Amino acid sequence: MPFKRYVEIGRVGLVNYGKDYGKLVVIVDVIDQNRALVDAPDMVRSQLNFKRLTLTDIKIDIKRVPNKKTLVAALEAADVKNKWESSSWGRKLIVQKKRASLNDFDRFKIMLAKIKEAGVVRQELAKLKKETTA
Amino acid sequence: MAPQQRKPHVCRNPDLIRGVGKYSRSKMYHKRGLWAIKAKNGGAFPKHEKKAVAAAPAEKPPKFYPADDVKKPLVNKRKARLTKLRASITPGTVLIILAGRFKGKRVVFLKQLTSGLLLVTGPFKINGVPLRRVNQSYVIATSTKVDISGVNVEKFDDKYFGKQVEKKKKKGEGEFFEAEKEEKNTLPQDKKDDQKSVDAALVKSIEAVPDLKSYLGARFSLKAGMKPHELVF
Repeated sequence: MPFKRYVEIGRVGLVNYGKDYGKLVVIVDVIDQNRALVDAPDMVRSQLNFKRLTLTDIKIDIKRVPNKKTLVAALEAADVKNKWESSSWGRKLIVQKKRASLNDFDRFKIMLAKIKEAGVVRQELAKLKKETTA
Repeated sequence: MAPQQRKPHVCRNPDLIRGVGKYSRSKMYHKRGLWAIKAKNGGAFPKHEKKAVAAAPAEKPPKFYPADDVKKPLVNKRKARLTKLRASITPGTVLIILAGRFKGKRVVFLKQLTSGLLLVTGPFKINGVPLRRVNQSYVIATSTKVDISGVNVEKFDDKYFGKQVEKKKKKGEGEFFEAEKEEKNTLPQDKKDDQKSVDAALVKSIEAVPDLKSYLGARFSLKAGMKPHELVF
């Protein structure tokens, strides 16, 4: 029941609305009850409403409003990118992106692969069934 | 003599504002050197004689005047342009045909004909689509490309696909009908040979890519959960 992810300086969040949709950003300062100052290596430091932000489990160690250089160094040190991409949430997003970008030919190849896989599974199942009934 | 490349000539009378030149009429007269032209010609501006106009033959008054005034249609100088080909369609692109006998078939694009229609082929051995013309609007272009360099499509144009002109036959009954039917059903052998020659090179480059052959042999259909506006083709 208690909160696990807090808004604090260094909290990494995912933008869920707006121009920077899908980006990972770091909260570098809190402006007021509703807004935070966020920063990321590939964007200009700007304010973001908390409603547009989803907090993640990742937190990095920075002081209030660091330089871009310091921020990037801190992100590297904490290895945020790899932690994110290996987390189940991060992996799900990657898969979603891949599925959305599939070609018609890719979809066809995936269909063939699925059928093949199912065929193998069914064969094994049939074998097992035979063994138990025999 | 080949035309020499010159810098575009700067205007002699630059605009101060739109409609007002920097120099007055007398100044411009001097700048243009009209005084020099006059001097060269002995005080007057050089003239040349008007070309003699050949006397038009005397027209007879018409015998017949139409009862009502007939309106002349307005002048139309528009020229038809070749239909703009979508940037996603290049020779070798796999297209999905959306309408007609071959709807859903995935087909290889060869070239755009002068009428604007697209020349496509199955290849015939793979999915039963022959060398055929298809309209760009009834086609989805996928991003899959096939190597089409070994194929020669120079000889195909719109006339190749036109209806064969039937020889006029004298009217006869009975035998006439049966004979007609037999002729229409078969494709001329040279068209079959064209199909084979085009497909031979194509099938080779298709078989080089794994699964592409079965891909072209399968029809496209929308399944549950597929949203066309979100699909990337």
